[in-house]
Amino acid sequence: MKRFAALFNTIDQSTRTNVKVAALADYFSDATDADRLWTIALFSGRRPRRAVTTTRLREWAAEEADIPLWLFEDSYAIVGDLAETIALVLPPNPSSDNRSLTHWITELRGLAEVAEPQRKAFVLAAWAALGGTERFLFNKLITGGFRVGISQKLMTRALARATGMPETELAHRLMGNWHPDDTTWHALIEAADASADASRPYPFYLAYGLEDGPESLGDPDHWRAEWKWDGIRGQLILRDGDYYVWSRGEELMTDRFPELARTIDHLPPGTVLDGELLVWLPGSDTPASFNALQARIGRKTVPKKLLAEAPVVLHAYDLLEWQGEDIRHHPFATRRALLEEACADLPADAPLRLSPQIPFGSWADLATHRAAARDAQAEGLMLKRADSPYLAGRKKGDWWKWKLDPLTIDAVMIYAQSGSGRRANLFTDFTFAVWNGNDLVPFTKAYSGLTDAEFRQITAWVRKNTLERFGPVRKVTPHHVFEIAFEGIQPSPRHKSGVALRFPRMKRWRQDKPLQEANTLDDLNEMLRQYG
Amino acid sequence: MARTPVLTFTENGIYCPAGDFYIDPWRPVDRALITHGHADHARSGMGSYLATHAALPVMRHRLGEIRAEGIAFGEGRRIGGAEVSFHPAGHVPGSAQIRVAVGGEVWVASGDYKLVDDGFTEPFAPVKCHHFITESTFGLPVFRWAPQRDVAAQINHWWATCAAAGKTAFLGAYALGKAQRLLSMLDPQIGPILTHGALEATNAVLRDQGLTLPATVHATAELNPKDHPGAIVVSPPSALGSKWARRFGPQESAFASGWMALRGVRRRRAGDRGFVISDHADWSGLLTAIKDTGAENIYVTHGYTDVFTRYLNENGWQAQVIPTQFEGEALESGEAT
Ligand SMILES: [Zn+2]
Ligand SMILES: [Zn+2]
Repeated sequence: MKRFAALFNTIDQSTRTNVKVAALADYFSDATDADRLWTIALFSGRRPRRAVTTTRLREWAAEEADIPLWLFEDSYAIVGDLAETIALVLPPNPSSDNRSLTHWITELRGLAEVAEPQRKAFVLAAWAALGGTERFLFNKLITGGFRVGISQKLMTRALARATGMPETELAHRLMGNWHPDDTTWHALIEAADASADASRPYPFYLAYGLEDGPESLGDPDHWRAEWKWDGIRGQLILRDGDYYVWSRGEELMTDRFPELARTIDHLPPGTVLDGELLVWLPGSDTPASFNALQARIGRKTVPKKLLAEAPVVLHAYDLLEWQGEDIRHHPFATRRALLEEACADLPADAPLRLSPQIPFGSWADLATHRAAARDAQAEGLMLKRADSPYLAGRKKGDWWKWKLDPLTIDAVMIYAQSGSGRRANLFTDFTFAVWNGNDLVPFTKAYSGLTDAEFRQITAWVRKNTLERFGPVRKVTPHHVFEIAFEGIQPSPRHKSGVALRFPRMKRWRQDKPLQEANTLDDLNEMLRQYG
Repeated sequence: MARTPVLTFTENGIYCPAGDFYIDPWRPVDRALITHGHADHARSGMGSYLATHAALPVMRHRLGEIRAEGIAFGEGRRIGGAEVSFHPAGHVPGSAQIRVAVGGEVWVASGDYKLVDDGFTEPFAPVKCHHFITESTFGLPVFRWAPQRDVAAQINHWWATCAAAGKTAFLGAYALGKAQRLLSMLDPQIGPILTHGALEATNAVLRDQGLTLPATVHATAELNPKDHPGAIVVSPPSALGSKWARRFGPQESAFASGWMALRGVRRRRAGDRGFVISDHADWSGLLTAIKDTGAENIYVTHGYTDVFTRYLNENGWQAQVIPTQFEGEALESGEAT
């Protein structure tokens, strides 16, 4: 594990992309096949089957550290990462172990078959043998979630450097449903036939946000516009008589959307669509709110009632594979024409629809359409260059999202809670309220949007102005007004204020604004009436 | 029969009614006893100051003209109805725990402290008492410091690697205490040691009072970085990445603080590297210090007060949280000071 820990430290401690890529490329050039395969897997969210529950891990760690369980839990709340908390509370220990990453993974896999006392003995022995980063990584092998700031893009770049293969091909090979348990480095990276897995998706092409207006994009004739939906980006794959649904986060979600099974009847095998998963009730002009979709995502299996109440329809906006052929290199206009042809004869009740294009003559014309996006339950517009190929990952130039300006409200901070992980020593999670007569009614939490300097300033203030403590939460003197930005507003009986906000964040600290001038519950209700 | 406690906690800070003085007050008062020269303990505007001889020069340097008197470690002094003495806290040179006794009842206000001997500061000396006021900046079991020689080896290895790659190594640390401790840990064989002006001023004060520091070069605006290849530059954290630092060309930066134990904080604050080293006690240091006082009543300020207090109460002490007014800017500088 030493070699892997050294790689991890270099990547984790550096903020420089070229340092990370160079370290990874070195590692991919000289690690064993098994170790490099597992490294790709771990950095892309795959992990060994969990052999020990996190409940047991916590108990054993508290016991070994000679601290009560509540103290372990409180520490975990502050550190923000279970694997790290365990590594830190155990007595410090120099590492003297020479076993490889794959060796440890193999041993962990064997634990599933043994009784709990042996499992415990193994874990305790590992904690005693490993120190520092290695102990942390051992825990991560069990708990999962290696978040090290290595995007798929950086990983493919490093692999390309180590193997001499093109990045685009590697990106595609790394997609999909593979796991080190049932493939090898050779099969995944080097073997000739990369399309063996019928469920393998294409890397998503991601757009950047347009900061200013679209005028800088040049001639509007070269561009196509669509609604930017507020749903889940999904890729629908029809191959070999089966269907597969992938989320943008590369999660296979087929089972969550059984209604999409019928797409097999409407389109031929060898078709891959890029589109938006939306809850859309029959006969409605607009999709239901994101909340309705949330109820669906949360369920791994969907009860009949929910299926009827919140039916999902895929709104397709791009065609990536047609008649078994990868057509991503064709211009968007060509792909789109094929898509429209393919979707021409869909029945009205099909779980698949064409996401419409929005015709426009000038940028000013398009701005008028954008202003109406909220009425269409859209977040704004997508702009796609007509001659652009379908690229992999986030690339500037051909695709842009032109979102609506967020809604905003001025609110009073009334509770503060310290952050975890990155911000363990700062107060970063705040609860905000609006006026209702002389009372302050809490209506949302927000924890992002301020600079580190502002968080430090407010942290100092919170410490001096705490009125009451409830566990980690501090009630503070109502004094500071913040402008809260959010993307949408919905009625919510679960909240005291009766509303729930979508993506709330702190837009500005209104140090200029007196407490009394914050907005009121009436203002919030008016927004609900208008946009809810 | 309730009698007035020896020390009380007031709006202005810790107060001794019998002696009519305050310890580390945060508002102007007539008479202030100061544990050490850090900004969150020694503030301006006091009628008079009493601190150890070793703490005074830095205080005068920071606060300018003040009416101050020095006292030796262990020297007894009567103030009104209170017996007062100062004992090494091991935090930074000159830092003290203040012992106050009235009618046989002994209280100790420990200010900031650490138990490890850094080879540089007067080592921490446990003082028996009935009531002990402790900090808890790192009062969580996740904070456990490695031996100083291990951290010194890490820092020197990093510096040597930078030097070999033709880069200047920038090490950020708070100007009083931590910076000099780091200087004393550096291996001058690797290359020249440069210092930022804010820090060199403090170095001069400490050298004047007889502390030994390695030879350093003040990195003034006129200094030509090319004349000092393979150098390490020790500077306040705020100077890392500044215009002053950028003219040194290719460089790596590191930050040294107890907070670097947390991966999240390290990733946010550390630049290229974070070294875990602190002038405060870690979890086991706090517990050892408290046990060694023999005190039954513990007052917890600074840091993870709630958690630490609960732990003490579950383990046989009578502990309570004392709210403090001065943690904010301590966090600003990367570590409570
Ligand atoms: Zn201090
Ligand atoms: Zn302090």
